[in-house]
Amino acid sequence: MTAPLLYALAGAILCGIGLFGLLWLSHLLRKLVAFNIMGSGVFLVLVGLPQHQGGQDPVPQALVLTGIVVAIAATALAVVLIRRYYHLSGLTSLTGEPASREGAPE
Amino acid sequence: MIRTLKTLAMVAACVSFSGILALSIWTIAGQPAPVNLPQLLSENMARSGVEHPVTAVLLNFRSYDTLLEIGVLVIAGIAGISMAKTASLEDPELRTSDSLLYGLQRWFVPLMLMLAGYLLWAGAHRPGGAFQAGAVLAATGVLMRLGGVPMDFLRPGLLLRLGLVLGFTVFLLVAVASVIGGDAFLAYPPELTKPLILIIESVLTLSIAMVLLALFVSAPVNDAEDPEEGSS
Amino acid sequence: MTEWLLDGLLVVALLVTAAAALLSRDLFRAVVVFIAFGLLMAVAWVRLQAPDIALAEAAIGAGLTGVLLLDAVSHLGRARPRGQDKGGNGQ
Repeated sequence: MTAPLLYALAGAILCGIGLFGLLWLSHLLRKLVAFNIMGSGVFLVLVGLPQHQGGQDPVPQALVLTGIVVAIAATALAVVLIRRYYHLSGLTSLTGEPASREGAPE
Repeated sequence: MIRTLKTLAMVAACVSFSGILALSIWTIAGQPAPVNLPQLLSENMARSGVEHPVTAVLLNFRSYDTLLEIGVLVIAGIAGISMAKTASLEDPELRTSDSLLYGLQRWFVPLMLMLAGYLLWAGAHRPGGAFQAGAVLAATGVLMRLGGVPMDFLRPGLLLRLGLVLGFTVFLLVAVASVIGGDAFLAYPPELTKPLILIIESVLTLSIAMVLLALFVSAPVNDAEDPEEGSS
Repeated sequence: MTEWLLDGLLVVALLVTAAAALLSRDLFRAVVVFIAFGLLMAVAWVRLQAPDIALAEAAIGAGLTGVLLLDAVSHLGRARPRGQDKGGNGQ
């Protein structure tokens, strides 16, 4: 058990938390936050796991750096889409989900 | 009742997902790594043209990833702009006219521009580089927009399009030129490595900042009149 | 020993802020907690000997994402999200 491994395991738990939020929350912005948390978890696993044995490893670090920039671009695009959706429909969650939550046929 | 059951099922699914993930991480951590990447990298650092390993990986050894990444960013930027509601991406009445923010940004904007330049320059031999500089540049743009500085280059016109695709185009040109020159795709000629990386990094910084800024300003800003306020 | 304490506290803080960002009752507060999560991630990257990612995370994760989401919240949430589509506060 080393410190990077600890962070990798924390990343796994963050993935679970993010997945739960993505499934359970219905407000679109909250889903976006959950998505970002899940992404952070993946990045932690990606950097923590290779550094468990070898010490500092620039290759996964560079990949994660690329990933962070792509993630912010995706987030920004999602915000644009959500605001457009809100503008057109007045809703902040995908239709069908919140309304059917009370008596959802499972 | 059904909702509780559904939530419980979701919790169970997510906990088991986390558990399996953690278990596989634990298993993988116990096995020896098949290749020693850091060692491989430090052996090849001499011919990368830069001293900082992360920059070397990003712009030389794994530059294909970076090329595709800037391509993804350009596509996201184009998609964002095409979603924009206003014809001009910059609308005077939508700005915050906060005098504190206005006073603050007269100090902040030059400082942040300098920081972006420093980060870009520092990328060759210490932490820093195109991505961080691009992010700081985009943040400067966001601050300027919130403070109400007119930014003509954000009108959907030649300048905006040029700024969006500049990084991708230059990167692609370098890549194709190296193919025509007889090398592999994206293999820089050894004597030109350093200047090429510098040029690519500068245009990447500009393009990343432009894409993020365009995505920020192209969010439809005037609200819907909340037609279905209570429904959903 | 101190380092283990620091790492452990950081990991716990990361998990707690992540959960709080998702379970928070108020959307605005959720975004603010998420910004705090981004800053903690930056510290975690420093602990993982990745100063490049820490720089990017501090500029992007805490700065740009925060501005984007807060801006969206202020436009979307002018009528605060209704109780039912909030998705929740605790199970």
